[in-house]
Amino acid sequence: MKQALILVPLLIPPLVLNDFWLTQVATRSLILGIMALSLSFLATYLGVVSFAQATIAGIAGYTIAFFGPNSVGIGVPLPFWISIPLALSLAAISGALVGLIARRSRGIYAIMITLAIGVAFFYFTRQNYTFFNGWTGFSGVRAPEIAGVSLRDPLPLYLVSLAVAALALALVSGFVRSPLGLTIQAVRDAPGRVLALGISVTTPIVTAFAFSGLLAGAGGILNVWYQERVSSFSVGLGPIIDILIISVIGGLRHPGGAFVGAVVFVLLETFAVDLIDRERFNTLIGVVLLLIVIVAPGGLQQLAHDWLARLRAPDTNEKSSV
Amino acid sequence: MNKLKMAASALALCAMAAPASAEDVKIGVISILEGAFAALGQDGIRGAELAVLETGGEIDGNTIEVITMSSDASPDSAVNAARKLIEQDGVDIIVGPLSGSEGLALRDLSKSYPGVTFLNGSSAAQDTTLRDSSDNFYRFGGDGAQWMVGVGDYAYDDMGYKSVAVIAEDYSFPYTQVLGFMTEFCEAGGKVPEKFWTPIGNKDYSSVVYAIPQDVDALFVALGGADAVNFLTQYSQAGGDKPIIGGSITIDQSILDSKGPFKKLLVGAPAGTPTVGDYDGDEWKAFTASYTEAFPDGFSAPSIFAHHYYMSAKAAMLALDEVDGDLSDGHAAFRAALNDLTFTTPTGGTMRLDKNRNGVIDNFVTEVYEREDGTLGNRVVKVVRDVDQLLGQDEAAFLASGPVSRDNPSCP
Amino acid sequence: MTLFLIVTLNGLTLAALYFLAASGFSLIFGLMRTVNMAHGALLLLGGYVGYTIVDATGSWGLGVIGGGLAAAFAGAIVQAGVLGRMQGDELRQTLASIAISIIMADLMLWYWGGLTYQVELPDALAGGQRLPVLNVGYANIRLALMGFALVVGIGLWFLIQRTRFGAVIRAGVDDQDMLRALGCPINRIFVLVFALGGMLAGMAGVVAASALSIAPGTDLQFLLSSLVVVIVGGMGSIGGAALGALLVGLAEQYGLAYAPTYGVVFTFAIMVLVLAVRPQGLLGKAEQ
Repeated sequence: MKQALILVPLLIPPLVLNDFWLTQVATRSLILGIMALSLSFLATYLGVVSFAQATIAGIAGYTIAFFGPNSVGIGVPLPFWISIPLALSLAAISGALVGLIARRSRGIYAIMITLAIGVAFFYFTRQNYTFFNGWTGFSGVRAPEIAGVSLRDPLPLYLVSLAVAALALALVSGFVRSPLGLTIQAVRDAPGRVLALGISVTTPIVTAFAFSGLLAGAGGILNVWYQERVSSFSVGLGPIIDILIISVIGGLRHPGGAFVGAVVFVLLETFAVDLIDRERFNTLIGVVLLLIVIVAPGGLQQLAHDWLARLRAPDTNEKSSV
Repeated sequence: MNKLKMAASALALCAMAAPASAEDVKIGVISILEGAFAALGQDGIRGAELAVLETGGEIDGNTIEVITMSSDASPDSAVNAARKLIEQDGVDIIVGPLSGSEGLALRDLSKSYPGVTFLNGSSAAQDTTLRDSSDNFYRFGGDGAQWMVGVGDYAYDDMGYKSVAVIAEDYSFPYTQVLGFMTEFCEAGGKVPEKFWTPIGNKDYSSVVYAIPQDVDALFVALGGADAVNFLTQYSQAGGDKPIIGGSITIDQSILDSKGPFKKLLVGAPAGTPTVGDYDGDEWKAFTASYTEAFPDGFSAPSIFAHHYYMSAKAAMLALDEVDGDLSDGHAAFRAALNDLTFTTPTGGTMRLDKNRNGVIDNFVTEVYEREDGTLGNRVVKVVRDVDQLLGQDEAAFLASGPVSRDNPSCP
Repeated sequence: MTLFLIVTLNGLTLAALYFLAASGFSLIFGLMRTVNMAHGALLLLGGYVGYTIVDATGSWGLGVIGGGLAAAFAGAIVQAGVLGRMQGDELRQTLASIAISIIMADLMLWYWGGLTYQVELPDALAGGQRLPVLNVGYANIRLALMGFALVVGIGLWFLIQRTRFGAVIRAGVDDQDMLRALGCPINRIFVLVFALGGMLAGMAGVVAASALSIAPGTDLQFLLSSLVVVIVGGMGSIGGAALGALLVGLAEQYGLAYAPTYGVVFTFAIMVLVLAVRPQGLLGKAEQ
């Protein structure tokens, strides 16, 4: 809950920011942060880095688009109070499925398997027109209107994203303290012992993936409302790597850092064009990523934490933070 | 912490920034300035800038300011670029984007910003204007089907091809190109017994090469860039000798300049395109001259992207001139001027819009020829004027045939 | 029937190319447990350098060697400068190599632009000939690919199984700490292995640029195909890489010929299927 409290000052931005800053920077950071949180959660508590989070977010987004108003004439419009739970369930199920496929893989193996799943899904969306409308995907997706107010309007979208982010952080911190959450961490630390205790490791792993799928799905729904569209591009290698970069910048093993990473990433992406040649944006982001990995493997969250600790206790200065 | 400070000061700046002076007209140009398309995307920007340069940067005392933004060929990035231009930079007019899916995305976005006028760059998806069009989205150019007009008749009548196999990438732009070709070709009596849709970015076409039926007269190849190079190389290495018919982006100069063994296949190959670099029309020569003068570092002639961004920006300039640069009525007069605009294009035709705000264009049938020095070039064999989006058909019938897809159109 | 046989032959020749591309990746992983996500970027770098050399000198052989050396050099720098510092921390290495591949891809785009390059083949390899039995034309370069793959495969096998260097590599696969304790200059060996892996990638890049073509994005295509090849075949086993390449190459060509719509997904479906049954790959040793 402590981490969720950090979000309270974030009620201020709507008062001082114009629409562009509120939506394109603040809201977008929150949405990307939620997706990255789903990755950081897995990395922190299960010790698995999954590249399929953008894919699962995409599945939720596609569900919303397929079962909602869109301008491509594909799908079955359903009321949003059905399509949203449906999207979340599908995201959780897809997460569980990814977990089931990758359940016996750790570390780099899990990375490669989830990456392959993500890429397979990307190609599938490009080729399938019945459910995914191929290359072009869905456009004209509208967020629901409640009492005449569209959730896509800058302020409502920001507040909803903020609420979801807070809820997601609270869920994560509650989940990891639950018996199942503790089992998951036990699986991370000593899968052999968990097995010896007669507990199956499959269930905790699959549950952890399903839970992270739920988080990614929530991010995916917000994202499709924000973009008002979803297409093969939304689940390609670009978004897959973006989410990874955000998590790493914030600190792969610090769930709250996902939001720090998202803010830095969005600011870089939006304003790098004003500072450097837009063409070299990828070099810039690559260098930032490399520096973080080399200098501060704990990410910015850890870095800030260490600096604060150093300020408070100057005598422990000599302890390296890296 | 520096980053936060920087963000905070930027914040302060944007809060204090005075609203743009009423005399300024801000034009945001969206093109692909990163990744593999960067060089071509940059040429689109040149086209838009050229149109603004011709006005001297002001219209009736109103300064024209151009702000460029990059997308990365994905619809999401085009939408983000447009939002930044509108919400942060406060542009009045957007010119762009470059590619088809981006165009569809901006068409949809334009409905959320009725106070901004969108003029398409070079994107050529059919549905951007044909179905579900948007009142403030204009395309002073054609779609992928219009860009093939003339080729089907030329292939059937002049080349004598009765049966053609199609090899094309599996997404909307090639579907539209195939429609443009097949509409004429099938109507003339030609047959297309088989279509091969290959994933974009496919490298190894060898199995497609051997699956091509032996009894067709020619191949219609709608592949772009590396895909075209790969297919043509592998087809010729495998001993393929059917004549080629090209799509609008298949036989460009870079392919003709490459050293591949497939070049002998291409001599005489017809293709459809709205832009021919060395067209010898007077207007085009003048356009090329002013392009090279303004941009010595540009290409030797304006590309299809420079040409199309130019026409859109030109239309905006002409319409602005008609309303004395005054957009204060929510663009109403400006849009009325755009709707009624007619002007002479760089290809010598008369540009005007149909009721969906899509351009009525000139199109070229070109053929590959061997220059005296042995290099290859494209030359114009036929100019088709006044090509509309319905390809000259009845509107109801045209719409009834449904959106293009892998199986539509069909004439096996 | 003829089509089926030709498609099979296409699958075999494509498999040869995939094997060439994946061999360096597999080698590095086998010894060092490093997933080198910059492998595709090394391959593309080799291809570009090879093109530049062939264009300047007209010698295809020089191009292949030059491309290989450039990528070997880059690989050695990557290992010595970055990845070597985090030896043992596989996740960090993977992330760092992703960062490196992003930077390399962007810098190569800057230098070589977005054009498609095709390396000009020597006369002996250019063009095609009529195949007996099938009676169709077939590209010489594709037939030559199978020869290259055989040479590289046998060469690697010989290096690993029959030389002292190979003995050290095999020892490293089994017990790195022991090797270190015995005073083996393991860090230098790691840099060498990385250079060798880069060399293989770079040469594969030139060959790929000759048989097909290279352009921005080629790096990711070959990285993905290499990943799938080694995952399916079994990590770090040369035989596994060969088997994986065969499966992937054949699946891709059958897919393209008989089920073009979902052909691209086949490859990945095979991988998921293999993993569901054997997480360590067909010929891989069980994970710890």
